[in-house]
Amino acid sequence: MTNPPYIRPIPASWWLRQGRYVRYMIREATCLFIGLHALVLLVGVYRLSQGRDAFDAFLAALWSPAGQVMGAVIVLMAVVHSVTWFNLTPKAMPLWIGDRKVPGWIIVGGHYGGWIVVSAVVLFLAGGLS
Amino acid sequence: MSERQITLEVLRYRPESESEPVFQSYSVPCQEEWVVLDALNYIKDNLDRTLSYRWSCHMAVCGSCGMVINDNPMLSCKAFLRDLPDHIRVEPLHNFPIERDLMVELDDFMDKLKSVKPYLIPDQPVAEEDGTYRQSSAQLKKYKPFAMCINCMACYSVCPQYGLNEGFVGPAALALAHRYNVDSRDQGRRAREDVVASNTGIWECTFVGACSEVCPKNVDPAAAIQQTKIASTVDYFKDLLMPGKRDKSGNAKQAAGDGA
Ligand code: SF4
Ligand code: FES
Repeated sequence: MTNPPYIRPIPASWWLRQGRYVRYMIREATCLFIGLHALVLLVGVYRLSQGRDAFDAFLAALWSPAGQVMGAVIVLMAVVHSVTWFNLTPKAMPLWIGDRKVPGWIIVGGHYGGWIVVSAVVLFLAGGLS
Repeated sequence: MSERQITLEVLRYRPESESEPVFQSYSVPCQEEWVVLDALNYIKDNLDRTLSYRWSCHMAVCGSCGMVINDNPMLSCKAFLRDLPDHIRVEPLHNFPIERDLMVELDDFMDKLKSVKPYLIPDQPVAEEDGTYRQSSAQLKKYKPFAMCINCMACYSVCPQYGLNEGFVGPAALALAHRYNVDSRDQGRRAREDVVASNTGIWECTFVGACSEVCPKNVDPAAAIQQTKIASTVDYFKDLLMPGKRDKSGNAKQAAGDGA
């Protein structure tokens, strides 16, 4: 009797087998922290609707040691998220000028430039730069 | 010429006597300039005639010698021993059923390759007596890298989405679809979209990017897929804003001039 072609099972830990998969999983996992930050903002809006005291309590919680640690982790993850995705943009959005391909670093640089401008505008509107 | 003793640990599967694959070790006296394929040929010629594997050109052109060497899928005819340690593990490509030893079953890929219509679909075919299609070098450059695929299947072997989701069309086939979609002579993007722009096509890809890292021909399938995602999103909004431009059956073969 001849056995059928053999299909190798894929273990649940497949992503630990190679560095490239681990890096991919880390990149994907950073979005959870972006989600967490969105949730914090939503809670803030909700607390604002409950009045001044509620909102002050929310701000105090953000500035508590635990809140600061959470904030720092979120910022770190947001940076990893942005950097890893920005670095991939030349693949998704190649630019051609005539028959020349614009070098990848210009496309990546454009994204960083845009990031800085948008951040400055947001900080300005929030009163941080005035 | 110096000789180096190398241990090749080869995954073997003999369906007539084994129900699962097992590793078998061979000690091979290798020459400095050999590639892994030479070592396999040495085994076949001198140590074990029953070892099965595919190869043909021995020059990175035919794509038939793809296998996993020390965890990385590559062409065994391009894997130089001088770049590898003394102990080398050779396995068949991952994510495909093993037929025998290092040979895998490619039927699934062949079906998927056909499904993306990998040929020119011009709006107005040029009659033979009218000559050939004209194309500038700038237009050629847009698709040329994506036309270099030799179907070695390294990208499928390393793609977790292909391994985990049976239906996924996969990197090489989608890269080939993109190769035709961006060819100035082709207007077939709409004809390909049922397969390409579907949940088992480009949208199954989560941009792991491993395919592009291992491709021996620098095809960059990951880039092809992300670019197709953008084009398909633009199509979606075009259809939403200008529904009349498309025939009702959803079969948009005739969507003239829309395939650039
Ligand atoms: S895209 Fe590259 S890795 Fe994939 S089959 Fe083609 S040549 Fe091989
Ligand atoms: S034998 Fe043809 S690509 Fe390796």
